[in-house]
Amino acid sequence: MCLAVPMKVIELREDRTGVCELENIRYDVDLSLIESVQLDDFVIVHAGFAIEKLDIEEANERLQLFEDLAETYREDV
Amino acid sequence: MKYIDGFRNHRTARVITEEIHELAEQAGDARLMEVCGSHTMSIARYGIRKILPRSVRLISGPGCPVCVTDAAYIDAAVELAGKGIHVATFGDMLKVPGSSGTLAGARSEGAHIHVCYSPLDALRIAAENPSEQVVFLAIGFETTIPPVISILKRAAAQNIQNVSILTAFKLVPPALEALADDRDVAVNGFLLPPHVSAIIGAGAYRGFVRDYRLPGVIAGFEPLDILLGVRDLLQQLAEGKAELVNQYERVVREQGNRIALALMDHYLKTADASWRGIGTIPGSGLVLREEFLNYDATVKFGVSVQGGKPDMRCRCGDVLRGIIFPDECPLFNTECTPVSPVGPCMVSSEGSCAAYFKYSR
Amino acid sequence: MTDTERILLGHGGGGRLSRNLIENEIVTRFGGKGPLAGLPDGARLQLGGETLVFSTDSFVVSPLEFPGGDIGKLAVHGTVNDVSVSGAVPLWLSLALIIEEGLEMNTLRRILDSIRTASEEIGVQVVTGDTKVVARGQCDGIYINTAGIGRAIPGLNTAVNKILPGDAVIASGTLGDHGMAVMAAREKLTLNNALESDTASVHRLVAAVSQWADRVKFMRDPTRGGAAAVLGEIVENSSFGISLREESIPYNPDARAVAEVLGIDLLHVASEGRMLLVCSPDIADSLLQSWKKLPEGAGAAIIGEVTEEAGRVVLETQIGGRRMVDIPQGELLPRIC
Repeated sequence: MCLAVPMKVIELREDRTGVCELENIRYDVDLSLIESVQLDDFVIVHAGFAIEKLDIEEANERLQLFEDLAETYREDV
Repeated sequence: MKYIDGFRNHRTARVITEEIHELAEQAGDARLMEVCGSHTMSIARYGIRKILPRSVRLISGPGCPVCVTDAAYIDAAVELAGKGIHVATFGDMLKVPGSSGTLAGARSEGAHIHVCYSPLDALRIAAENPSEQVVFLAIGFETTIPPVISILKRAAAQNIQNVSILTAFKLVPPALEALADDRDVAVNGFLLPPHVSAIIGAGAYRGFVRDYRLPGVIAGFEPLDILLGVRDLLQQLAEGKAELVNQYERVVREQGNRIALALMDHYLKTADASWRGIGTIPGSGLVLREEFLNYDATVKFGVSVQGGKPDMRCRCGDVLRGIIFPDECPLFNTECTPVSPVGPCMVSSEGSCAAYFKYSR
Repeated sequence: MTDTERILLGHGGGGRLSRNLIENEIVTRFGGKGPLAGLPDGARLQLGGETLVFSTDSFVVSPLEFPGGDIGKLAVHGTVNDVSVSGAVPLWLSLALIIEEGLEMNTLRRILDSIRTASEEIGVQVVTGDTKVVARGQCDGIYINTAGIGRAIPGLNTAVNKILPGDAVIASGTLGDHGMAVMAAREKLTLNNALESDTASVHRLVAAVSQWADRVKFMRDPTRGGAAAVLGEIVENSSFGISLREESIPYNPDARAVAEVLGIDLLHVASEGRMLLVCSPDIADSLLQSWKKLPEGAGAAIIGEVTEEAGRVVLETQIGGRRMVDIPQGELLPRIC
């Protein structure tokens, strides 16, 4: 129920809803809880609503951190 | 799925796990509690407990709103369904035991029960059936409350008058205080919920962490997020610190979601709330303000959420407070199974007992 | 604290509730001995010197037409596959239709054409059937039952008690596509390239393994309840267990994405054109290669092995953890086959 997935905004509508995408799935999402959404923003979707934006820079930094950590992993440990 | 798979990297997990094992030696016994259904499920689904050192105990607290739903609430929902009202609900609620039956049972007897992935489905059902009454079972923590309340806003805008909600909204921070006050619980660190925090903001916990001197880490629900969260908590314990750390900055801001908070404040006010298995926690619930009681199903249809006789043998409360593990409950996997649950922890897809039954037996 | 005894949707889910119903109400009445013993997909029957396999299945999928197939195609593949995985060459089908008043004739024609195409491709013949019509509102478009008869392939007689620790567990392709395709269609999750059901016949996959007949211990198609239900059932009350490697299990990325969004575990989701097979470790690689030569086996992979941890199916997770794989409980996904 707390399930929430990061999706990309690919279409905006006047009534503060839009379409979001994860891989090849397109999903109708209510965007009324988010300020100033733009196309190509990433949002966290819960129960059909975007509840927050995903900060891509922060996300990429975190992914990079994880990749760097992975590099330090030695198979013989 | 870059922003999903990148957080499940095998080698990264091994590195962080090694750090955890090293820190555990200095941290002493760690009883870390999470209060988020997604954390409960991720921990179980990825088998995280099996890779942690023995001195680190990950406890699943009351993180699932379905699990803390009173039997009396189910009774009220069944009563509404019995009056021919269309009941729209998240799927997990179907099998929660009331005092004498479930919504699934009501459905098999012909009641109109609709399973929804989103509260917007309830609005759609109401719009498509203008001569019927639709009630949405409005349970949830702060992540879910703004989406549910949004449908009232949209209903007003579209002049949809045949929809209302049966509320059982609950707030996480008061529950954290109750758990920290509870001497039986004896938790020394909290893994804080990612998406509740997205709504209420990291700042919402600062007072709690300071007043109770308990380390808290806001962590995402992917397995690497959780492992990092555990590592941070152990580091704090090793260093004798009690700070709030936001490890989910990619989503959680200090102030939270301003629009969502304003929406909640507009429609709702705080009240005491009863948490099944735990008891009444003051100020831990939200109810509709007077001017919006036309959307309140108890007022509209004259049902009340009270009474309720849950099975007295049920130990969900002790499980939810982390006092016992699910398999320490005498009913676990004997009389209480997902097929025939005695208590809600076994019912919800994010319930501790359900997770344990499914993944850890 | 139970409701009045009634049938619940969960009883049709293919999980524990379904099994309880079958064991308590069906097996008790019709015998746990003879062909029904062990509840195989297909009953093995002796007629003269021949062994025949006989199986039946009903189809109530909604929506009737979905990307990659329709209820007709499903009705042929479902029963043909039950016959095939019981170690037989499918020969004949019966076809019973229950049609709702008001169904468009063109829809019926498309479904019947689908049935014809599927059976011709497989080389199985529809030889008998029945048609009923019920009033509007009584069966949601069309319900179909098919029953199939096949001739057993000599030597290919699988049995759970032949399974030994060390045996390989092989999947013939990506798991869970069908269930996710139907759910996506029903929930109107549009995809850029629609997620297609994997509905297909596995009869050629079965034929391909008949050369190793005595080393193939178990075959089944993971329909309702998915791989978890199939594997969970065979370890129950057995002296062995199964260990799966999450990273080795083939999944379609689009199916994974739908599963993420809906919060569903693909191991619990039906496929309608896949096989799970358990065999001796020494032939596993050759068997895998023989499957990969067929288009319907291109995605095949060894996903785990049989262990001595009796009665348990365990998964080594993506991050190095370990957890159980349980038989799904109830109506995870209603009306997907």
